[in-house]
Amino acid sequence: MTQHPPVRTYLLVAAVLAVITAVEVSLFYVTVMARFLAPLLIVLSAAKFSLVVMFFMHLRSDHRAFTGLFVGPLAIAIAIILALMALFGAFVVARP
Amino acid sequence: MTTPHEAVIGSTGLDHRKMGVWAFLGSECMFFGSLIATYLVYKGRSLSGPTPHEILNIPLTSISTFVLLMSSLLMVLALAAVQRGDALGARLWLFGTPFFGMIFLGFQVYEFATFVREGLTLQVNLFGASFFVLTGFHGAHVSVGVVWLLTLWTLALRNRLTRADALIVEIAGLYWHFVDIVWIVIFTLVYLIQ
Repeated sequence: MTQHPPVRTYLLVAAVLAVITAVEVSLFYVTVMARFLAPLLIVLSAAKFSLVVMFFMHLRSDHRAFTGLFVGPLAIAIAIILALMALFGAFVVARP
Repeated sequence: MTTPHEAVIGSTGLDHRKMGVWAFLGSECMFFGSLIATYLVYKGRSLSGPTPHEILNIPLTSISTFVLLMSSLLMVLALAAVQRGDALGARLWLFGTPFFGMIFLGFQVYEFATFVREGLTLQVNLFGASFFVLTGFHGAHVSVGVVWLLTLWTLALRNRLTRADALIVEIAGLYWHFVDIVWIVIFTLVYLIQ
């Protein structure tokens, strides 16, 4: 059986997740950050996603085959999202 | 024939059930990826209201997001309890996790009912259609997880969940954490980036 992290690690990860969530919600209300809001929130969300996958789902310590089974389709999903957004003109900036 | 808690090891040296669950979660990534893509493509293209800016309740959803995140903590605590043979801890955390899941679902039911009352339905505009389908499918996944975890809790209450059964708790946990990470993405892309 894979060696899982101690309970203390789980508590620490949960605390970090709670803090990141609080920061995300705070950023939403800071109007001066509006220009950088989307990239900042995406980075914070990716950090939370990675923490859960690595520590709570144990991909950090588990067999690499499981990482491949998950990350491969995840990459395809991200590619589908970006491709569809590009096809429908979501990245086109309207000129004044 | 194998007993329920007996490891099913294949030529890879890995348990088939765990391999299967990871492959399933991989397919779920693509499923939710397509729903999220649809939501993002339709974003800002609704010809009539209500729009996300007018209707989404960030404080309420922040609380439900926090509840779901903490349910993931309870899930790993349940797994740790089963792995060390702590029957009381297993019962406690295996009840706490679906209980938090039910609180999340309660928030979602309240949110949906409020939106419908305020005029946002599946048919009213593109935002309504893509929002309800995306968050509705996520809610359905949470519901399945709640039933799954309550089944494990019942087994724990009957002393039928031993250290040898840790893998079935881990597999349920993988599904539950996946539901959590999908919500992490939805919360950011749908609620916070409007």
